[in-house]
Amino acid sequence: MTATTTSAGSGLSEVARSEATLRTFLHGLPGVDQIGAEQRAAMLGTRSIKTSAKAWAIDLAIRMVDLTTLEGADTPGKVRALCAKARRPDPADPGCPTVAAVCVYPSMVPTAAAALAGSGIHLASVATAFPSGQAPLEVKLADTAAAVAAGADEIDMVINRGMFLAGRYSEVYDEIVAVKQACGNAHLKVILETGELVTYDNVRRASWLAMIAGADFIKTSTGKVPIAATLPVTLIMLEAVRDFRAATGRQIGVKPAGGIRNTKDAIKFLVTVNETAGEDWLHPDWFRFGASTLLNDLLMQRTKLTTGVYSGPDYFTVD
Amino acid sequence: MALFEYAPAPESRSVVDIKPSYGLFINGEFVDPTDGGALKSINPASEEVLAEVAEAGAGDVDRAVRAARAAYEKVWGPMPGRDRAKYLFRIARLIQERGRELAVLESLDNGKPIRESRDVDIPLVAAYFFYYAGWADKLPYAGFGSDPRPLGVAGQVIPWNFPLLMLAWKIAPALAAGNTVVLKPAETTPLTALLFAEICQQAELPAGVVNIVTGAGDTGRAVVTHPGVDKVAFTGSTEVGRGIAKAIAGTRKKLTLELGGKAANIVFDDAPIDQAVEGIVNGIFFNQGHVCCAGSRLLVQESVYDAVLESLKRRMARLRVGDPLDKNIDIGAINSAAQLERIRTLSEIGAQEGAERWSPPCELPDRGFWFAPTIFTGVSQAHRIAREEIFGPVLSVLTFRTPAEAVEKANNTPYGLSAGVWTDKGSRILWMADRLRAGVVWANTFNKFDPTSPFGGYKESGYGREGGRHGLEAYLDV
Repeated sequence: MTATTTSAGSGLSEVARSEATLRTFLHGLPGVDQIGAEQRAAMLGTRSIKTSAKAWAIDLAIRMVDLTTLEGADTPGKVRALCAKARRPDPADPGCPTVAAVCVYPSMVPTAAAALAGSGIHLASVATAFPSGQAPLEVKLADTAAAVAAGADEIDMVINRGMFLAGRYSEVYDEIVAVKQACGNAHLKVILETGELVTYDNVRRASWLAMIAGADFIKTSTGKVPIAATLPVTLIMLEAVRDFRAATGRQIGVKPAGGIRNTKDAIKFLVTVNETAGEDWLHPDWFRFGASTLLNDLLMQRTKLTTGVYSGPDYFTVD
Repeated sequence: MALFEYAPAPESRSVVDIKPSYGLFINGEFVDPTDGGALKSINPASEEVLAEVAEAGAGDVDRAVRAARAAYEKVWGPMPGRDRAKYLFRIARLIQERGRELAVLESLDNGKPIRESRDVDIPLVAAYFFYYAGWADKLPYAGFGSDPRPLGVAGQVIPWNFPLLMLAWKIAPALAAGNTVVLKPAETTPLTALLFAEICQQAELPAGVVNIVTGAGDTGRAVVTHPGVDKVAFTGSTEVGRGIAKAIAGTRKKLTLELGGKAANIVFDDAPIDQAVEGIVNGIFFNQGHVCCAGSRLLVQESVYDAVLESLKRRMARLRVGDPLDKNIDIGAINSAAQLERIRTLSEIGAQEGAERWSPPCELPDRGFWFAPTIFTGVSQAHRIAREEIFGPVLSVLTFRTPAEAVEKANNTPYGLSAGVWTDKGSRILWMADRLRAGVVWANTFNKFDPTSPFGGYKESGYGREGGRHGLEAYLDV
């Protein structure tokens, strides 16, 4: 089962046969013109989403949130509070949709699993020596297996950026394949840490590398480096999943994470999804926001649309 | 129905105050025409009449030229450059302050999407005034001698595709150099020029420095043939430009012409495909293709033809056509019934000549003038749609095999206004730019304008340069 999914890049299974073929393929992808890509993203950011479209987009964005806490100071109490928030984002409105998932460190997975039981909310855990990824492979695999065993059904792994930047693509590939196997039935999100890859050409290559290696999702960032999920980077990744599906028939999700703090920004990302990958990706199964503060702004805007007035931040819970 | 249906997001019309009728702007005042008639300016998206506008006769043009002459001799010509600069800076700032008003009015009168008038036209208009304001007191350092003199009265005739931007391209350098002007806006799009006249009043620009005479072809003819005009500047069709060149041949008048184009947008196999497709779309569908430098001939290297076409069609299916005032609209209305007719005729000829026509499914409004974004594939150099300027949202797609063939095909046109090159190789960009006979060559972008950059054509695209330091030359006695 796992073996067939890892090689699911059907027509592309030969690509990873050797370092040479992998390199040839990745370097043969069309380049990205930085200025053009950023202009396109900026143009999409000017779309004006109002009234009924805004209400629809806000509810969808809430359903796409991976509500996240990844701090050294996380405690079981903090994680339980976050899970309660995930179950019922707006205490004043039971009609408010729940978020897609809660995302925590592996040590917090047991607590979160208990708190989310029966809710249908996914439980994501970062693994593989998050956020740097600088640990031996055995440690990364053990990290992954422990999180899955404790109840995580989604694993957010980091790629080894050092190896990627050194051009050792097959080692990065092999690591993703191994982690995917360690995931079992859990979904694998592969974090590219685009802020460290720097160029859009690198982002495109890393996206394809992760997809060929069996990623279910590609994710921009850990949130632990200064430049996280920008709109142009997400645009490049959406182009990659669009082209990958056209080439292989397999649909991969995209998760921008870090730095998306308000509704206006979230809607720009949804517009970009809509006009780049298309509406097939406008679903929590295929697009997520890795965020913590975003949710409360979405809730405030949602309340504003239904009641016509803004309430203060004290009317929304801080978790 | 789409899953994510963008709700209408119309820009408010209430920021503009359109008067029922407008006179001519002569000697700092709005006056009634003495020997002319009137014409109606309509909104091409709805065919609603926006205002009645005076049609200047020969006598009115004469009054305007005399006012301009008097202002040139008594006020503007003798005025130190630094003082002229103050007026130009003031106008530039007023354009920014009244930017929304100008953008809405431009979209109403022209049919272009508010996104473009708001984000491209009006910011560029202000930028051109700021740029040339800076030159007004630095003319001795522009490379035209230690004390370059203005020419006198400039007669300027501008087109309807970028009404206010073309006005800025004409008026800003003319005034900076010390000339006064009589400008005739296009008959279908006079309203922003008249609002600009109000801005001149607001800026307390001395009377007679800027005169706006509205009207159609006869008014334009009266402006360019008036013996009191020292300099003629025209932007528009090659046919009319040719007539102007004949009409003023043998006179003392200096002439610049910015005419038609049939630009090649050349995509090599190593191009950044996604951005190239954006550039193709921007090249031909920007401003409904009503752009003299539009990338109306796409030349694609055969080895990436399928990938580019598939990507282009997918992108075109995303274009949003409709109400120009809606902030989410990408393609607005065709400017006039006459232009729509021309686009239709040439498109039918394209199909008859054997090219394959394709448009994305798209619902067009019932009223107004509309044309769906269209591409023709299987076009050869011999087809009329590959040779004649359509001036609409219609792209002809051709292929090539080698860089030399691309250059040969790109240059094989009577025009030479612009070209685009898409490749990841810097050396190839330079190799191509050396060989392309076009006034502007864009590399990995298209339809980018900047006040510091000269613009103009080769061959039947006209002569003279507008913009940049070069643009001053047309308004100086050098």
